Amino acid sequence: MKVLVTVKEVAEVEDDFEIADLDIDPRYLEYDLNEWDEYAVEAAVQLAEASDEDVEVVSATIGPERSEETVRMALAKGVDRAVRIWDDDIEAAEFLDVASKVRLLEAVVAEEDPDLVLTGVQANDTGFGATGVALADAVGFEWGAVVNHLDTEGVLEDGVAHVHRELEGGIDEITEIDLPAVLTIQTGINEPRYASLRGIRQAQSKEIAPKALSDLGLDHEAVAGELFLTDMYEPEAESDATYFDGDAGEQASQLATALREKGVGAE
Amino acid sequence: MSPDVLAVAEHRRGDVREVSYELVTAGRELADATGGDLHVAVISGRIDEFTTRLDLEGVDRIHTVDHGEEFNHDVYTQVVCALADELDPQYVLAPNSVNGLDYAPAVANRLGLPLVTDAVGIEYDGGLTVTREMYGSKVETTVEVDAERAVATIRPGEWVTTEAIGDAEVTPFEFEVDESAVNSEVTGFEEVAGGDVDIADAEVLVSVGRGIEEEENIKLVERLADALGATLSSSRPIVDNGWLPKNRQVGQSGKVVTPKVYIAIGISGAVQHVAGMKGSETIVAVNNDPNAPIFDIADYGVVGDLFDVVPALIEQFE
Repeated sequence: MKVLVTVKEVAEVEDDFEIADLDIDPRYLEYDLNEWDEYAVEAAVQLAEASDEDVEVVSATIGPERSEETVRMALAKGVDRAVRIWDDDIEAAEFLDVASKVRLLEAVVAEEDPDLVLTGVQANDTGFGATGVALADAVGFEWGAVVNHLDTEGVLEDGVAHVHRELEGGIDEITEIDLPAVLTIQTGINEPRYASLRGIRQAQSKEIAPKALSDLGLDHEAVAGELFLTDMYEPEAESDATYFDGDAGEQASQLATALREKGVGAE
Repeated sequence: MSPDVLAVAEHRRGDVREVSYELVTAGRELADATGGDLHVAVISGRIDEFTTRLDLEGVDRIHTVDHGEEFNHDVYTQVVCALADELDPQYVLAPNSVNGLDYAPAVANRLGLPLVTDAVGIEYDGGLTVTREMYGSKVETTVEVDAERAVATIRPGEWVTTEAIGDAEVTPFEFEVDESAVNSEVTGFEEVAGGDVDIADAEVLVSVGRGIEEEENIKLVERLADALGATLSSSRPIVDNGWLPKNRQVGQSGKVVTPKVYIAIGISGAVQHVAGMKGSETIVAVNNDPNAPIFDIADYGVVGDLFDVVPALIEQFE
């Protein structure tokens, strides 16, 4: 049995930054494993651990060679092997929209034939939140979006995932989803493990298979999306807040006065 | 293709959700620009009641499909695709909600249309341009859609609503759901924000966010809450880390709170958090990033290190 988990290296922006052309100047970016994907990786590894059968956990990434560092983190936490999709045509694509990503991942699903696919709910950089569900529909799998609880016991054997989907306003929807399926995983669903030293060492020898479009039976048309980024700017600050100046003591003193005026702290 | 817009309303547990009314506004604006009609789809639940509530100024036609009590993404995907085949609208709009994101991507895939999610602005000038945020709301972008037709989801809270009653034509949409393609079943709901304290009742909330860095540092903010006679709440990452229980979480997926005073400590102000506390009477923000979005909605701002400011504030009140 097999669980495929998609992982993405995302760019995180420093507090102060500059925009260069249509993106943030790379000097102000740091790269990390997408927060939602960390939980998806943990869920995948827990499913494998909970199963009596032999379960392989494979990760799939769309990203340049640099992203192998992120992929190694997933391998160190229990992913068995990884697939990394990239080539010059993908690099040249102006904006990888949902449909383009789905075409790439669809080819991986066809090759790997997993029983279950896990993705993060969204990526912290682009925030589209759509790839998992679109992928499920493309490959004819069932799906569940924004899963924040998953009973890991018996999912793969029974072919049914008992999940909670986190709705707005503190309400969970309880749903049964037939496998094969794609689940998009919400933060907080589990406690992602730290990579052990042994895991980090083992990760070095695990396979990260690079795949070009041609390896997946695709050509440059696969990444010819229909969305184009045309502008990027810092939103205008709308703040009309009263700011308190001075050192921390002075700021606290002024704030205390304002709070007391509002009746805070009065016995 | 018609220049029409199809907006898919959302409801839950017998109520039309607010974002449905915002969809009517966004859909009307877009239909005015394309020169088409605004169609609203009402699928499942209390169809008659929902239809009455959604018959608002600007809605041309309401299509109803009576199927089950609650949202089911397999049913929604089938119905919206069938309606889109029948009406051939230029644009399909859905809410950027948990449920919207549970069917809109499948609809876009099945119809072979591009999808833009989480729109905070939509413009049409012979083509669709969507404004949306990236990098955790640090930047805004415009995205041009190079296609005649598209699916878009709109962020809740970005469009005004109208209560003006309309005169829409209501048509039951004759459609047989393929039950063999319904492979998921909603079996119930669970309130997860219960527990010992209801933060929605508090008059003063001291709320802690990711800036607190370590679990043991929560004690510092707890001490401040005690000194102020306030209740302790938090943003999502604190609950995700298991540092505070779920019933303390303020935000879209936690509690919506409207206290007299809301003090946000080390909270950057992600849109999901702001959705849960923007109705507070007075908002105080303490954050070391002067560009943190929380300052946009704050009445009082302290730009500084919370590990200096909070102890100094405790000293003022203890």
